[in-house]
Amino acid sequence: MDKKYGVYICTGCGIGDTLDMEALVDVPDEEGVNCTTHPFLCSKEGVQLIQKDVDDGKVNAMVLGACSRRVNFDVFNFNGCIVERVNLREGVVWPHSRETYPRLTEDQKDDEEHFDPIQMKAEDYIKMGMIRVEKIKLPEPFKTETFSKKILVLGGGVTGMSAALDAAKTGYEVTIVEKTDKLGGYAANLRSQMPVAEPFEELRVPVVTELIAEIESFSNIDVRTSTEVARIAGQPGEFTVTFKKPGEKTPFDVPFPLPEEMLVDENGKELNAEDAHAKYLEYNTGKLDILQLDPDGELYGAVVLAAGWRPSKIEGEKYAHLGIDLPDVITNDEFEKIAAKGKIIRPSDGKEAKNVVFIQSPGKDEDDADFEYTGSVTSQVALKQARYVRNDYPDGKAYIIYQHMKTPGLQEYFYKSMQQEDGVFMTKGAVTQVVQQGNGLSVTATNTLLGKNLAIKADMVVVASGMVPVTKDDPVINLAYRQGPGFRDNDIFGQYADSNYICFPYETQRTGIYAAGAIRRAMTIEESMEDATGAALKAIQCIESASRGMSVHPRSGDMTYPDFFFQRCTQCKRCTVECPFGALDDDDKGTPKINPTRCRRCGTCMGACPERIISFADYTIDSIGSQVKAVGVPSEDDYDEPPFRFLALICENDAFPALDMVGMNRMDYSPNVRFIPVRCLGSFNVIWIKDALAQGMDGVILIGCKHGDDYQCHFMKGSELAEIRVKKIGDALSSLALEEERVAFAEIAIDEYDKLPGIINAFVKEVEDLGPNPFKGF
Amino acid sequence: MTTDNLALKSSSLMVVGGGISGLTTALEAAEVGYEVFLVEKEASLGGRVSQLKHYFPKLCPPTCGLEINYKRIRDNKNIKVFTMSEVQNVSGAAGDYTVTVKTTPRYVNENCTACGECEKVCDTEISNDFNFGMDRRKAAYLPHNMAFPMRYIIDPAISTDDRDKVKEACKYDAIDFDMEEKTIDLKVGAIVWNTGWTPYDATKIDNLGFGRHQNIVTNMMLERMASLNGPTQGKIIRPSDDKVPQTIAFAQCAGSRDENHLPYCSYICCMASLKHATYLRAQYPEAKIYIYYIDLRTPGRKYENFYATLKKDENIFFIKGKIAEVSEEPGTGNINLVAEDTITGEKVRQTVDMLVLATGMQPNAAIDKPNADLSYNADGFVVNDFKKGGMFAAGCANKPADVVTSNQNATGMALKAIQTLVRR
Repeated sequence: MDKKYGVYICTGCGIGDTLDMEALVDVPDEEGVNCTTHPFLCSKEGVQLIQKDVDDGKVNAMVLGACSRRVNFDVFNFNGCIVERVNLREGVVWPHSRETYPRLTEDQKDDEEHFDPIQMKAEDYIKMGMIRVEKIKLPEPFKTETFSKKILVLGGGVTGMSAALDAAKTGYEVTIVEKTDKLGGYAANLRSQMPVAEPFEELRVPVVTELIAEIESFSNIDVRTSTEVARIAGQPGEFTVTFKKPGEKTPFDVPFPLPEEMLVDENGKELNAEDAHAKYLEYNTGKLDILQLDPDGELYGAVVLAAGWRPSKIEGEKYAHLGIDLPDVITNDEFEKIAAKGKIIRPSDGKEAKNVVFIQSPGKDEDDADFEYTGSVTSQVALKQARYVRNDYPDGKAYIIYQHMKTPGLQEYFYKSMQQEDGVFMTKGAVTQVVQQGNGLSVTATNTLLGKNLAIKADMVVVASGMVPVTKDDPVINLAYRQGPGFRDNDIFGQYADSNYICFPYETQRTGIYAAGAIRRAMTIEESMEDATGAALKAIQCIESASRGMSVHPRSGDMTYPDFFFQRCTQCKRCTVECPFGALDDDDKGTPKINPTRCRRCGTCMGACPERIISFADYTIDSIGSQVKAVGVPSEDDYDEPPFRFLALICENDAFPALDMVGMNRMDYSPNVRFIPVRCLGSFNVIWIKDALAQGMDGVILIGCKHGDDYQCHFMKGSELAEIRVKKIGDALSSLALEEERVAFAEIAIDEYDKLPGIINAFVKEVEDLGPNPFKGF
Repeated sequence: MTTDNLALKSSSLMVVGGGISGLTTALEAAEVGYEVFLVEKEASLGGRVSQLKHYFPKLCPPTCGLEINYKRIRDNKNIKVFTMSEVQNVSGAAGDYTVTVKTTPRYVNENCTACGECEKVCDTEISNDFNFGMDRRKAAYLPHNMAFPMRYIIDPAISTDDRDKVKEACKYDAIDFDMEEKTIDLKVGAIVWNTGWTPYDATKIDNLGFGRHQNIVTNMMLERMASLNGPTQGKIIRPSDDKVPQTIAFAQCAGSRDENHLPYCSYICCMASLKHATYLRAQYPEAKIYIYYIDLRTPGRKYENFYATLKKDENIFFIKGKIAEVSEEPGTGNINLVAEDTITGEKVRQTVDMLVLATGMQPNAAIDKPNADLSYNADGFVVNDFKKGGMFAAGCANKPADVVTSNQNATGMALKAIQTLVRR
């Protein structure tokens, strides 16, 4: 692209009233770049003026000095042009007023004593915008060499079948992989399902048969039973998948990372990299490296993970009071199996079980929580199974003892209908003991609605065990990724394949793999089926986005991707390790291999790289570094007491909008700080801090999203990694005789804009107390 | 092996309702590649969640996710947003609907830069619905500071004097009192109704005294008070005297699980009250919080963990029982309440500084049914008919649900809508 530059500055919304426009226009003028001002740039006339320059071939790389890029995005939209929005409104004239920072008199202008901090900020921002358009390129979309739009569904239960059907109905080819010999999953073994529609009275015939029949009617669904996935290699749009028989060993079984206990020697000392690698190879003997593509593998575009759950085992001292070792104390899962076979009978002697107690919570009177991994499903299952007892025996009695009956939403109607059922007794209560008594069981409970102490004679006791996601035992997806075969951070999500997002429930840390059903959360059959539809959409969306060379969430539509200058790569592997999405693999030497359609374009790799060889078309080390260098740093040569200069690198997702709100609310903060939005704080490279300090700036603050288990970072790990980098830079600073306090890190949520001026000012004050950067003026 | 057998059809979708669930449906479909008309009756997108301070259980601000969604809209030309608009009529059948959309005049055109000069000179004040009438706002106003689109609106109640003043104050010729109601017909193949919910009208729950006693507030009012952009700038204080409450009771199932009101469970109120306890605790470390409940419904690991953390707080008391009567203590504005502890059977009498009613959700269709061929249950939730196809409800138009569930279902319904188009 042969760039033709132009700068347009709006004088509306207080910009022209506050700033010295002549001086501002001089900034581009001095660089020989044409600068046009307009009193109302976002008006039709203003936009036409720019469009005319574009149409006349005068401009294709422009700086618009006006409002925040968060507004008027649709107005300032010029096809084929590089557009840089310089935030003079929310970022300069709204927070900083002339009441606080009076205009300089003519005498003051060149007296080397007075300066105009607002004008300085605006001029810096224009310079920073100009250098950015000079340094960046328009992106060209990435295309994979081969491309498949087929969808792979892992799991042939109701979730997997629903996802497959929904994708097939939308016109996509689907393969369902099921490790057992038939479709249906857990739901195939039920006697009945709970009601989900009015009048919520009758139990339903299981949907499985109907689903299987429907699957068979679709020619674009390929079902592979008794099959597992050995590995999934590659990236969205071109996943290469190796199938195998369950339990079979193949060279394409995915290598597993060494378990933690194997990473140390016999003395407990951490192994060095070489030894660890040797051990890793030994541990994975017979398995080919992740980069070895299976020539017989099949291509898929995206994956729905619907591998489901297994019943939780109720065992151990914790549950001893419930008599769990007694033959007639069983789990809801075992009860369902009995019920599916025929009438409810006791495991111990095959006698009719007419009096059944259902226990929902194991915590005696000390804890009102249900069993682990239960959600609201087990309450509803108890209601359903109580109905079995009544259906089988006209004189049957079912007792449900719960701490909290969990029938949320419309499922309350099912609970209500069961309350009307004769022979079903439900009470809040704490079960204290289950013991054998004669030929039956005795259940005692306390603090019930039926009295302080309750004793029930029962034929059978059913405990409400939960639904353990299969990802607790095994990665299941077997990704041939350098970061390992499964999802990351499952431990903080209780081993569920979870996204941690409320707003974006399908986003996982592995692009193109969308989890659905009970592998994400304890769900009923209906909830799982509904969840499957969403996962199918996400899989389709990922495929369509990848085929257009666009990123998926959260930078949806972004066509940039990381580009490596390999000649300078030192094989340090930091990019591979730090990528929150496992988008990078590396070969045996440690040279990274990029998988662009796995990438979410956060730039964490760019921030991690000590050699600075990673860049995106419109986001590079040099583009930001040059912006930093464009900031004017006044020294004692310019003023008797030059103002301090600070750099703030802020996350564009939360901190930047918060800063906009500071401006909208006309809240002032130090005008000596220059803000540069970054894609994610994880993308900040320490060189930018060095650049800033080397040219005499007095301090650098990084402001990003909250991290930790409840992280708000849209790239999961970005702000966390940034903070680690900041901590490490402390040593480097002290070796330069610079105080560590000159570089700071702050976390902020988008709604905490009221705190932002305080954070900025406190940092400014702290550094001002240290005194100016000794390198200033060099 | 490229299986490029699916050419994306050119047909469009409509999403009715621009709350979190409507945004989700619209964006998820648009990012597959379909054109979407997003119709929102308010002046800004964001819906109910934009009134919340935090989501449970992460205690993160909803505006964070909304901002990402707005960014996605900015970056996606497939979405056309219509604010202040409602569906007046739907005719046709699945795959070929004609939707009549009515747009109410905003009196502010696209010239608006949100500079705020009109608001400064406007003297007319109106009740602030965004804050449930707890304060007043200018008749020329920005819906809120995260509004999308970022544009002012003028309430028709503005005085004649002020009309001239605001017009004069606007340098951008953005104010136009000649604007009229407009209707437009749009052709779409499928429609997803994400029309959301309204808090149940607490004045209908006679025994709980809302509207009679000032210090009885609803959970959504508390949410606004706790929000920085709310009527008290984030301070939770008593409406009667602006005093800091030191004893606060929550009445769970206020109107929900109640044959006289909403027979179903509203899904979110237990978690919402637990979340509100965290707001109170953050502001008032010593405050005593009493939660009267029938069952605490905190399903799933994350919600259970959230509840478990609050159980450790020695000044939060959970009482299984329903509040039956309330009255105001003369002179103090305190609330006397009478409840029955269901376990002990004893009557509990308590005087608190403030009572919060955990009111539930009513689907908007229960109040105002859209003019379209949809089926409803007795409560006004839309029952989806997948065999018929064409129109679907998602989020709380379909069932009481939390945000996660709404978004799951809103994503799924985007696909059901797309299927309708593909089938043509």
